[in-house]
Amino acid sequence: MSKLHVRLLAAVLTAVGLALCYYKVEILGLPLLPTEQAEVWTVEARIEFKARRDTAVKVQFAIPRAPRGYTVLDENFVASDYGLTTDDNGLRRQARWAIRETHGWQVLYYRIHLAKDPAAEASPPPTGVVMPVEPQSLPEPLQAAARGLLNEVRSKSADNVTFAQALLQRLNAADADSNVSLLRQDITGPDDWARRIVAILREADVSARPVYLAILKDNASRGSLTPWVEVFDGDSWVDLNPSSGETGLPGDAIVWTVGSEPLLEITGGKNGRVEYSVRRHSQEMTQIAEQRARKMGSRIMEFSLFSLPVKTQNVYRVLLLVPIGAFLIVFLRNVVGLQTFGTFMPILIAAAFRETQLLWGVAMFCLLVALGLLLRFYLESLKLLLVPRLAAVLIIVILLMAMVSVMTYKLGLDRGVSVALFPMVIMAMTIERMSMVWEEFGPVEALKQGFGSLAVAVLGYLSMSSDYLGHLVFVFPELLLVVLALTLLLGRYTGYRLLELWRFRGALKG
Amino acid sequence: MKAGGWKDRMFPWRRLRRLGILGMNERNADFVLPYNPRSLYQLVDDKRRTKALAIELGIPVPRLYAVVEIEHQIEDLSRLLAPYGEFVVKPSHGSGGEGILVVESRSDGRYRRCSGLVLTEEDLGHHISNILSGMYSLGGIPDCALIEYRVNFDPLFTEVSYLGVPDIRIVVFRGVPVMAMIRAPTRLSDGKANLHQGAVGVGVDMITGRTYNGIWRERRIEEHPDTGGELAGICVPHWDDILTMAARCNDMVGMGYIGVDIVLDRDLGPLMLELNARPGLSIQLATRTGLLPRLRYLEGLREIPRDVPERVALAKTVANRF
Repeated sequence: MSKLHVRLLAAVLTAVGLALCYYKVEILGLPLLPTEQAEVWTVEARIEFKARRDTAVKVQFAIPRAPRGYTVLDENFVASDYGLTTDDNGLRRQARWAIRETHGWQVLYYRIHLAKDPAAEASPPPTGVVMPVEPQSLPEPLQAAARGLLNEVRSKSADNVTFAQALLQRLNAADADSNVSLLRQDITGPDDWARRIVAILREADVSARPVYLAILKDNASRGSLTPWVEVFDGDSWVDLNPSSGETGLPGDAIVWTVGSEPLLEITGGKNGRVEYSVRRHSQEMTQIAEQRARKMGSRIMEFSLFSLPVKTQNVYRVLLLVPIGAFLIVFLRNVVGLQTFGTFMPILIAAAFRETQLLWGVAMFCLLVALGLLLRFYLESLKLLLVPRLAAVLIIVILLMAMVSVMTYKLGLDRGVSVALFPMVIMAMTIERMSMVWEEFGPVEALKQGFGSLAVAVLGYLSMSSDYLGHLVFVFPELLLVVLALTLLLGRYTGYRLLELWRFRGALKG
Repeated sequence: MKAGGWKDRMFPWRRLRRLGILGMNERNADFVLPYNPRSLYQLVDDKRRTKALAIELGIPVPRLYAVVEIEHQIEDLSRLLAPYGEFVVKPSHGSGGEGILVVESRSDGRYRRCSGLVLTEEDLGHHISNILSGMYSLGGIPDCALIEYRVNFDPLFTEVSYLGVPDIRIVVFRGVPVMAMIRAPTRLSDGKANLHQGAVGVGVDMITGRTYNGIWRERRIEEHPDTGGELAGICVPHWDDILTMAARCNDMVGMGYIGVDIVLDRDLGPLMLELNARPGLSIQLATRTGLLPRLRYLEGLREIPRDVPERVALAKTVANRF
């Protein structure tokens, strides 16, 4: 009856643990492996202008909405003393800085950190937002040239997109006819060119708009945005390369802003200039996923261990490994049948090994226990009562630890200092228990159990120092429910222990 | 045993299972935990209470001479021990025969242990003081020391014991004795009767009370390793009395799964020494029989007779069947 109960409970715990873990991996994108790294792009816009004396300054700067294919990890606005607001009309997002009084050269920064994420969609514009209608901007002589060109192109196209592509081919062709030459004539840069194309397309009643792209290229500094053209095909906006007519965005690019309104508007200042720089670095997937999950407003991440202060997080990084060690002990004792001094003593020793490093830990553990045992045997001849004797052993252990620390430090072995991290009460108890076993059952048994405990501690250390396990239990603490379920199941394990097969070998021979 | 063949060799636990060997996990989970309520443990763990209960029910036990409860009483030790030439000092909460000190004789304030060691009164006092401070009790809780009658074991066993008292361990389940062995001390076990400390275990036939098989350090042996005495073929006297006594011990403490330790005194016959709430793993090696079939059979019985002789009869039937 209770066996069924335990099994059901274990099944429920396992299901809950695995389901939570699955959700975190699949939906929130937390990585199962600790080493997974992702590229993070940092794009920085540096705005510079000269403020006029004795007037309020307002700066309006277009900034990206959530770009397609990327996750915004973080955004920073750096401007001392300026007040900052941002607004988003569904198409354009803008940062507004304002200050009542300032003078001289001003520098403002906007920084955005992006991680590649194929699943991320561009945030859709809210419904009901009317696309701003921009005024016709082609001057009279150009209008005629444009109409001539448009009439030629229209016959060779099926819809808005192919029409725009055909037009762009004509406009960019090497052998320009007179119309095209006229339209190209006064163009000074790619920005002008994109605006000119949009204007020509509007002339043909094709919905078009310029967009500005930030090309993600590592170590690009003092760069500018790349203008691009978008044409509405009836359902959605299609991106076109203004200098070739190809559809789509270039690889590794994000849409910075849309529309022909100016990127930067400054009132109360002059000589405004923006420079963009791009940097790439890699960051742990875990952090990225965690930041992203928080942006998504996930309740689970809100209450995850990541929400704790870093110092506390580090404590839990160790604490959450203790269940793994405890499970190891359960396994080694109930399934293998090993005997150790004290149930969880090896785990506490293993936790200390994490700080001291394995070899040093084992060496110092042996040294301490050996010295402790020697002194304990001496104490035996004094015929002391139990509790004072234990206290005496404890005092001696602490003195020995201090001595080992000082000696190794003087010898220039810094690691030796970490002996102070051994749990001294546990050490004192171990020495006491070991000396009792030594007297009762002889040195062989005592050394056997002593080395048994040490071996379990080393195994515990190896499992507890695994980066992979550490990552799993910290990022997915719900997996400990699975460990709990396994522990409960082992609590009702009635099969033989491995060492019993040896113990009953006589019966097996018979 | 042919059936199984290579599978048994590959997976030794299948073979153990078929032999009905009870493992430690199964014993704890299926017999100790359900049949021995935690609240009754104190009756078994505290030898002083066990003894008192036994006396109440008229089960013979070694006579208790004195109890040392506080340090102060140690000063009066010589006066306390004056009337007794030989005695045993043991911790009330001891386990595994630890802390037991047997004094064989004494002369002018010196005590002679059965091992030949001579103790001064101070040594003896220190030993008792260790017992009081909980050195031999589980978890180091303060304890008291019992001073009691030293058993003169039946001469039948002289040939098979070395420095110590051999005892008879009987596993009793639901009031029915299921298996028995004799535990004989050796030089290795230092007079103690625990198999894992190096004592010899000898299987006893439940029906006739005859010994038939010896093991020492988990190996089969024919003769006692120190004395050379033949282990098989000893006929334990008062066998039915012993079984009856074991069955009654169950009623005394109300636990369903216990081990009863009985000694045979030359003059007083069988005496109950102590009870154990977690018996029965090595006994299977000594008797070359698995406990499981007998335990499972008894577990399946709807009702166990209340009458003690009927239970002893049932014990023999069960032993005969499995």
